[in-house]
Amino acid sequence: MSELFSLRNPEWAERFRGLLEKLRPPRPVRIVHVCGTHEITIAQHGLRSLLPETVEVLEGPGCPVCVTSTRDLDCALRIAERGAILCTFGDMTRVPGTRMTLEEARAEGADVRVVLSAADAVEIARRNPQKPVVFFAVGFETTAPGTAAVLLDNPPDNFFVLVSHKLIPPALAALLSAPPVEIAAFLAPGHVSTVIGAGAYREIAARFRVPIVVAGFEPLDILYALALVLRQLREGRAEVENAYPRSVTEEGNLRAQELLRRVFRVGPALWRGIGEIPASGLYLREEFAAHDAQREFGVEGELGEEKPPGCRCAEVLLARAVPTDCPLYGTTCTPLTPVGPCMVGAEGACNIWYRYAGRPRL
Amino acid sequence: MKRLLEEKITALHGAGGLVMEKLLLEHILPKFKLRAAGPIGLDQLDDGAVLDLPPGKIVFTTDSHVVKPLFFPGGDIGKLAVTGTVNDLVVMGARPVALSLALVIEEGFSFADLERILESAALVLAELGVALVTGDTKVMGKGELDGLVVNTTGIGVAERVIPDSGVRPGDLLLVTGPVGEHGLAILAARHELPVETPVESDVAPLWPALAPALETGGITAMKDPTRGGLAAALNEMAKKSGVGMEVDEAKIPVRPEVRGLCELLGISPYELACEGRAVLAVAPAKAEEVLRALECHPLTRHARVIGQAVESYPGRVVLRTAVGGRRFLEMPLGDPVPRIC
Repeated sequence: MSELFSLRNPEWAERFRGLLEKLRPPRPVRIVHVCGTHEITIAQHGLRSLLPETVEVLEGPGCPVCVTSTRDLDCALRIAERGAILCTFGDMTRVPGTRMTLEEARAEGADVRVVLSAADAVEIARRNPQKPVVFFAVGFETTAPGTAAVLLDNPPDNFFVLVSHKLIPPALAALLSAPPVEIAAFLAPGHVSTVIGAGAYREIAARFRVPIVVAGFEPLDILYALALVLRQLREGRAEVENAYPRSVTEEGNLRAQELLRRVFRVGPALWRGIGEIPASGLYLREEFAAHDAQREFGVEGELGEEKPPGCRCAEVLLARAVPTDCPLYGTTCTPLTPVGPCMVGAEGACNIWYRYAGRPRL
Repeated sequence: MKRLLEEKITALHGAGGLVMEKLLLEHILPKFKLRAAGPIGLDQLDDGAVLDLPPGKIVFTTDSHVVKPLFFPGGDIGKLAVTGTVNDLVVMGARPVALSLALVIEEGFSFADLERILESAALVLAELGVALVTGDTKVMGKGELDGLVVNTTGIGVAERVIPDSGVRPGDLLLVTGPVGEHGLAILAARHELPVETPVESDVAPLWPALAPALETGGITAMKDPTRGGLAAALNEMAKKSGVGMEVDEAKIPVRPEVRGLCELLGISPYELACEGRAVLAVAPAKAEEVLRALECHPLTRHARVIGQAVESYPGRVVLRTAVGGRRFLEMPLGDPVPRIC
C-alpha cells in the first residue's frame, strides 16, 4: 500500500505537470484511453486540471458493460425468461435491452443472479443440477481468461456460457478508422495489456501512425504515460511505449493467452454505439459447443435500437463527446436513474463523471 | 412460559399489561441513572414528562435508528441511538438536557441482547448527565421488522444557536477527527471483510469535547457528518450558506487502515458516515482559540483545519486532491452502505 501512495506524491505530480507544460502541443489534441479504471483515477484525482490546455483526454469504449450490444442483452433476457438461472456481473443487470433490463426481468419472476466471477456461476450450477445455469460472460481480455478457465476445468453439464467477450486492439483500430474525429494518441489499459502484452498494439501504432502508451492506474502512472505521449507527438514518433512495466511485459501473460486460444476463436462482434467491428469478439470453439448457451437455447437477439432517444452514449463511447455534452446528463440521466449504458456501468464515463465531477477544467 | 418470557421478547411484552410493566420496571428503567429533568419523569410512567429547562433557545431533534448489524466494532444500536441524538443537539450549539427512547422490537428478539443494548445507551447518558425522561415500547410480529428499531428524541438548550447555514467567506473549515470510521466499521462487519487492522466505529457523544469550543463564540456553522459523510456535510453547509469551499485533501485526517481499506473497496472515505465527529466553520480570528479548546479533549485532539470558505463557486466544494489536481467534491448519491445509522 505504501508503494501505491508514493505514486500519488504531490511533488512528483508537480514535476510532471511542469514537464507536460513544456511538451504542450501547439494545437489541441485528443488523447483517448479505453479503461474505466483510468477514467476513475483521472476524475478522482482531478488530473485534467494538471494538463496543458491543448490536451483533452477522453474515455472511449472502456466500459465492458457499456459496450455490450442490445442484441446480446436480448439473448440473455430470453434465456432468463426460459427458466434458466442467468448469472452475470452486477452492473449488467441494470442496462436496458430492447424491452427491459435483466433486473426488471427478475422482478417479473426470472432467476437472475449477480456473481463476481465465472467460477461463482459454476458453483451455482453445481448446487442446482436440475436447472440450466447460464453465465452471461462480458468483459475484455481481462475477464475472458476466467471464463476460459472454468470451461477447461470440467464444468457440470448444466453450465452454459453466453459469450459476449470483446477484444481491445480491434476497437482501437475501429476508432481510428472512423472519421471525422482525429485521435492523436491512445493510452492503452494496464489490465488488458498485462494479459495481451504491449506488443499487441505495435501493428496498430504502425498502421495508423498513432502513439500508444500502456498506462498504469495511479495518478503518477497516468501523468507519466501522458508525458510519453506528448513527447512522441512533439518528436513526430508513433510507437508503442510501456509506462507500466511493473505489471506489463512485451509478450504479456502467455498462460492466459493460451487459455483464450484453447477455448475461443475470434470473430466479428457488435459493440453498442459503434456497430460491428471485425475480429473483435470471442466465440466458443466447437469442442465447447455443449456449453454454448446460444446453441442450447437457440436464441438470437434482434438488432434492436442501440440507444434511448436523446442519449449520446454512442458518441461518448466513440470518444466524440464528453458526458456533459449530452442534454440528458445529470438531468434525467443520473446513476440512480440511468438512461444510457454509460451512466449504468460503474466504469462508464458518464457514471464516473457524475460521481467524481470529472469536469475537464477547474 | 416463564422461561420464554425471560429469554425472548414476545407480543405480551408490548401489550401494555402486567408483563410489559414488569419489563419496564425491572429491566428497562433501573438501567438509567438520571430519569427526570423536572417534576415528572420516567419513574412516574405518566403520559408525558414535564421538564424544567434552563434559559436559552430550546433545540429539539429526533432520529430513528435501524443499523445492521445491531452490534458492531466500537458500539451497538443503543450507544448509537443515544449518541446520534445528543450529537444533533450539540452541533446546533445546544447542551443536551433530556431524551426520550422508543423501542420497536421484533417478536422473538433476545432478551439478553436487549439488555446489552439498553445498558450501553444508559452508559452514554450517565456519563453525559443527560436524563432519560420518557419512552415507549412496542413489539411487532416475527418478520414484520428486522430485529429492533430505536427512536430517540432529544431536547437541549442553546445560548447561541449554530445553524448549518452560517458559513461566511473566509471562515476556516475544521474537522474534529479522522473521518470514515463508523461507515467502514459497519461495512466491514456486515460483509465480514478480511481486515488486517480492525476498524472501530468512532461513535461518541461530542458534548464534553465541543462545549469549550462553543464558549469561544468563534464557531459560525457546525454539522455532524453522519450519512453521506464529510462530502455531504460540506456540500450541505456550502449550499445552505451560499458560499464556496476549498478543501485540501492532504489535510483531511483519515486513519491509514481506513484509507487502505477504502482503496481496496473502491469507496471514498469522505462519503462514509462518522458518528463522533463534527465539521466546523470558524471565524479566522478565532480559529487558534477553537483549535486549542478542541485539542484539550481526547475525542477532538486530532482536529484540523482542512480548508476555507470562499466567495467563488457558491454552493460547491472544490477539492485540491492529494496529487495537486482540482475537482469538485460532489454530494454523494447515496450512502455507499445502506442502513448504517
